Amino acid sequence: MSEANALIDELRPVGETTQFIVIRLGDEQYGIDIKYIDNIVRMQHITRVPKVDDYLKGVINLRGEVIPVMSIRIKMGLEPDVETKSSRIIILKLEQQGTIGVIVDEVKEVVTLENERIEKVAYDSKDEKANFLCGVGKSEGGLISLLDLNAVVLENV
Amino acid sequence: MDVSQYLEIFLDETNEHLQSLNTQILALEQDPENMDTINEIFRAAHSLKGMAGTMGYKRMQNLTHDMENVFSEVRNGNIKVNADMIDVLFQCLDALEEYNTTIRESSDEGTNDNSALIKRLNDIMNGGSAPEAKEEAPAAKPAQAPASAGGALHGIKLNESQQSVLSEAIKEGKNVYGLTVKVQESCVLKAARAFLVFKAIEETSEIIVSDPSSQDIEDEKFDLTFSLVVVSDAGLDEILTASRSVSEIEDVTGDVLKLEDVNAGVASDEPSGAAEVPAETAPETPAATPAAPEKAAPAAAQPAAQNHAPAQTNAPAAKKTANKPVVNRTVRVDIEKLDTLMNLVSELIIAKNSLVSASAMSGNSSQAVNEQIEYLESVTTSLHESVMKVRMVPIESTVNKFPRMVRDLQKKLGKKMELYMSGEETELDRTVVDQIGDPLMHLLRNSADHGLESAEVRKQRGKPEVGSIFLDAYQDGNNVVIEVRDDGNGIDTEAVKNKAIERGVITPEQGEAMSEKEIIGLLFNAGFSTAKVVSDVSGRGVGLDVVKSMIESLSGEVEVKSKLGEGSTWTIRLPLTLAIIQALMVEIGDEKYAIALGSIQTIEDIPPADVKLVQAKEVIQLRDLVIPLIRLNEILDVPSGKNPEDNLVVVVVKKGDKMAGLVVDELIGQQEIVIKSLGKYISKCKIISGATVLGDGEVALILDANALI
Repeated sequence: MSEANALIDELRPVGETTQFIVIRLGDEQYGIDIKYIDNIVRMQHITRVPKVDDYLKGVINLRGEVIPVMSIRIKMGLEPDVETKSSRIIILKLEQQGTIGVIVDEVKEVVTLENERIEKVAYDSKDEKANFLCGVGKSEGGLISLLDLNAVVLENV
Repeated sequence: MDVSQYLEIFLDETNEHLQSLNTQILALEQDPENMDTINEIFRAAHSLKGMAGTMGYKRMQNLTHDMENVFSEVRNGNIKVNADMIDVLFQCLDALEEYNTTIRESSDEGTNDNSALIKRLNDIMNGGSAPEAKEEAPAAKPAQAPASAGGALHGIKLNESQQSVLSEAIKEGKNVYGLTVKVQESCVLKAARAFLVFKAIEETSEIIVSDPSSQDIEDEKFDLTFSLVVVSDAGLDEILTASRSVSEIEDVTGDVLKLEDVNAGVASDEPSGAAEVPAETAPETPAATPAAPEKAAPAAAQPAAQNHAPAQTNAPAAKKTANKPVVNRTVRVDIEKLDTLMNLVSELIIAKNSLVSASAMSGNSSQAVNEQIEYLESVTTSLHESVMKVRMVPIESTVNKFPRMVRDLQKKLGKKMELYMSGEETELDRTVVDQIGDPLMHLLRNSADHGLESAEVRKQRGKPEVGSIFLDAYQDGNNVVIEVRDDGNGIDTEAVKNKAIERGVITPEQGEAMSEKEIIGLLFNAGFSTAKVVSDVSGRGVGLDVVKSMIESLSGEVEVKSKLGEGSTWTIRLPLTLAIIQALMVEIGDEKYAIALGSIQTIEDIPPADVKLVQAKEVIQLRDLVIPLIRLNEILDVPSGKNPEDNLVVVVVKKGDKMAGLVVDELIGQQEIVIKSLGKYISKCKIISGATVLGDGEVALILDANALI
């Protein structure tokens, strides 16, 4: 951990917590900061949009609004999504990109992590997945990789 | 007083008044003697002053006050309008506009006193008016108002039959009165008040003639005053009291008409000597008008000099009000509220579509249900149309500032030019009108700077010295077309080509192969300007590409036609509405797409054998036209569900004069669709212009025919 990070951790008020929604992608569990989540909807028909990056699965109709949906799996270089009964689309509201849906294999639970139990991950350019993480949280259920949403939705250049 | 709640209204109205001042002062420059224009200007300046004063914007009030003084002197004929004065006035308008902007941003007028301007205004005033001129000026102009009738007639001209009726009445011993009624400035329903006055007077008297005519008064085609000649048995005071009892009537003045007055009304050359000055000639001091009825008779003795003023202002006022549109009853509505309404209507249409498809799916729908659905359909369609109409505003508000701009350009560029506009009343969606101003301004500047030649060159070429720029707007089907045309030099395609090669936009070989049209298209590339000198009018090379992208962002398109030496025409084509369109739904593979009905020419059923190859591209021949085919399943990467042996379903679309045939699998039908944006996140796909929600809740993409061609 860098010195700067250590300093930030020290300055953080003790006892403050952040809530995460725990999702499953394949065998791994990931956490998404609850403040970005607008909605969680069941898997539905996604209208394909031609001539776009393959991780963009298309658009859905969310109560009259047309929302783009992306696959985190493809973006992270995992196996393509297999739609099951537990598949969900999480609707995220981001400042820059607006409203975007992401496909996850399962939504498990909501966890509350004390901020001191969140550890930054060291940047490792070899591990592609790590580029999409902003930290690791320790909870009773084990380790949860916390997704860096801005990196996840960032357009491939 | 807390005036913040009026701020919005104040700003809006100030804008309107400024715009009107701009237009009127321009008109004044052309025709410095026109009293209508001067009066109009005076009124706008006066209202501005009043409004600024109410809102507590002292600096703005001071400036408008001095402007008003100048106009007042002009109106009284004490100073003449000259070019220098017009310039100062325009600078004043700019300063006022600045105040307005500052107020909009900070609700404070700022600290700029514009004392230099005020001083120049005062100079103009002092230079032109001697104090006693006020009295003399009107007298100096009797020749200009030969039609002035006797003052007692209140400016009314009688025809012979009216005259004989009146003469009869007087001979019979009845009383004939001339009345002038002045309505309060704040009065909203002037016509209604006038009607009440008519009614009150008619109880005791008979109205012989009125000025303006009773029809015009009913239509509110009058300013604040109107005049009547009545025959009555009752006394003058009785009539005056009766008519004054109508509320919102500021004053009623009257005189007893004698036989001479009546006769003078017809043989009107000779100014007769009985009048008082109606209040309207002295708007600043209405209370000072010596208009009390008791004084009316003695007033007859007043010097003849004064009574020309009423007649003079009355006659032009009547003329002007005739072409002034009837005041509309309007409500100012926040555009956001309209957007909400529009969204709700869109939702309703989606819900209606769902209902239609649900009833079709269930299969056993009764006739009653179908009838109700049809009824619902017609209601939603009318609702949509009404909401669209509410959002439509004439482009006038945007294009009205252009004459002023062209005038400024003329001075700046040292060229002579004239702007002719038509179709200002053409209506477009409010959001489009708001955004179309900048592109149009760019094109006009472009025409003025690059298009028109200098006066000398024009003379040599045998053209009139004054260049013409035309701005024409009209509706064409579901589109609104705005054309900017000039009779200047046109586009020198050789120069454009050389420049493009020089800039490295194209290679010389490419240049050789390019058609004239393609070369002109290069102008829309970023960073392209052929002006040899960069001026502050145009020539930074950021113009045309911005124009193009702005118009495309409004789902419109822009085209140029040009002939070297004769001028160029820029044509902007915009859709009437942005939100809801009629579309043809088609199926390709298992996907549904919508194509805007506006761009579709025809739908053809083509046997595969009729598809020919030209330069390795598939084309079809249709009524002597060779149309390239676009296989949508290939472009959209969808496996086609059709047997290649089957006939092709070809949707022929048109963009400008280019056509293309889109091959689809299946036609589903025509539908009203609500356009939804795909959002910033999916902006890479150029051939999709948006998405829509279908009746079954699925999303269908809208194909952009323009991008496909």
